[in-house]
Amino acid sequence: MKGKRWYDYLWIATALYLVLGFFNILFAWLGLLCFFIPLILAVATGQKSYCNRYCGRGQLLGLLGGRFGLSRRRDIPKWMKSRGFRYSFLVFFFAMFFLMLWNTYLVFAGAQNLSQVVTLLWTFRLPWHWAYHGTLFSPGVAQFAFGFYSVMLTSTLLGLVTMVLFKPRSWCVYCPMGTMTQLICQAKHREK
Amino acid sequence: MRVVKRNAIVDQSLCVACGCCVKVCPLSAIAVFHGLYAKVNPDRCVGCGKCAKECPASIITIQEVGA
Repeated sequence: MKGKRWYDYLWIATALYLVLGFFNILFAWLGLLCFFIPLILAVATGQKSYCNRYCGRGQLLGLLGGRFGLSRRRDIPKWMKSRGFRYSFLVFFFAMFFLMLWNTYLVFAGAQNLSQVVTLLWTFRLPWHWAYHGTLFSPGVAQFAFGFYSVMLTSTLLGLVTMVLFKPRSWCVYCPMGTMTQLICQAKHREK
Repeated sequence: MRVVKRNAIVDQSLCVACGCCVKVCPLSAIAVFHGLYAKVNPDRCVGCGKCAKECPASIITIQEVGA
């Protein structure tokens, strides 16, 4: 078998990230790395090297569903792997993301108070005040952290559900970051 | 005796280029091409089926190819 490399252990970082959000919400800002690194790699190299090598979430799902056997290992339904669904999910995900940014802006601008909740599946507002111990600069910094952690927790939850139902890494099929980096790669290789 | 050769075939139109197949291939016979889709090297592939089992989109099939 091929030897393990340092990047095969990035699932630890993902697990740690999720745990840290229970202690201090400001750690949620670190999640921006999972946003920018894939995009930078795709734009710079025209490869999906983030998905292929460095994605800690993919590794975590692979580990839980694969080695720990928490997956039924069934085929994902046809509609879930269609381009229509993948692109729609990307648009929906980003619409929700911009809504989150707008709420953050409102707190920055002083038009809205900080709400210390983590919103799961864009609907369920869970009290999360225990992870808030004040913030620097502006409450908007914390609002973004709550919002971003909501995005990360929601997508992890969806990933876990499809991991159990279908193949371990079925999240990869409709992951908005994966869809986006693939679109970047398509655009980059069309130029040539 | 006729030797049947089997190969992994990727439905490239549905491939998400996640690279799960690359990780499990014992012969390094599959690679993600330009971040677009997985590409099988037919000279190396022995059709073991590990990639097909792993593929989260289940778009890899093992097929018999003409000798």
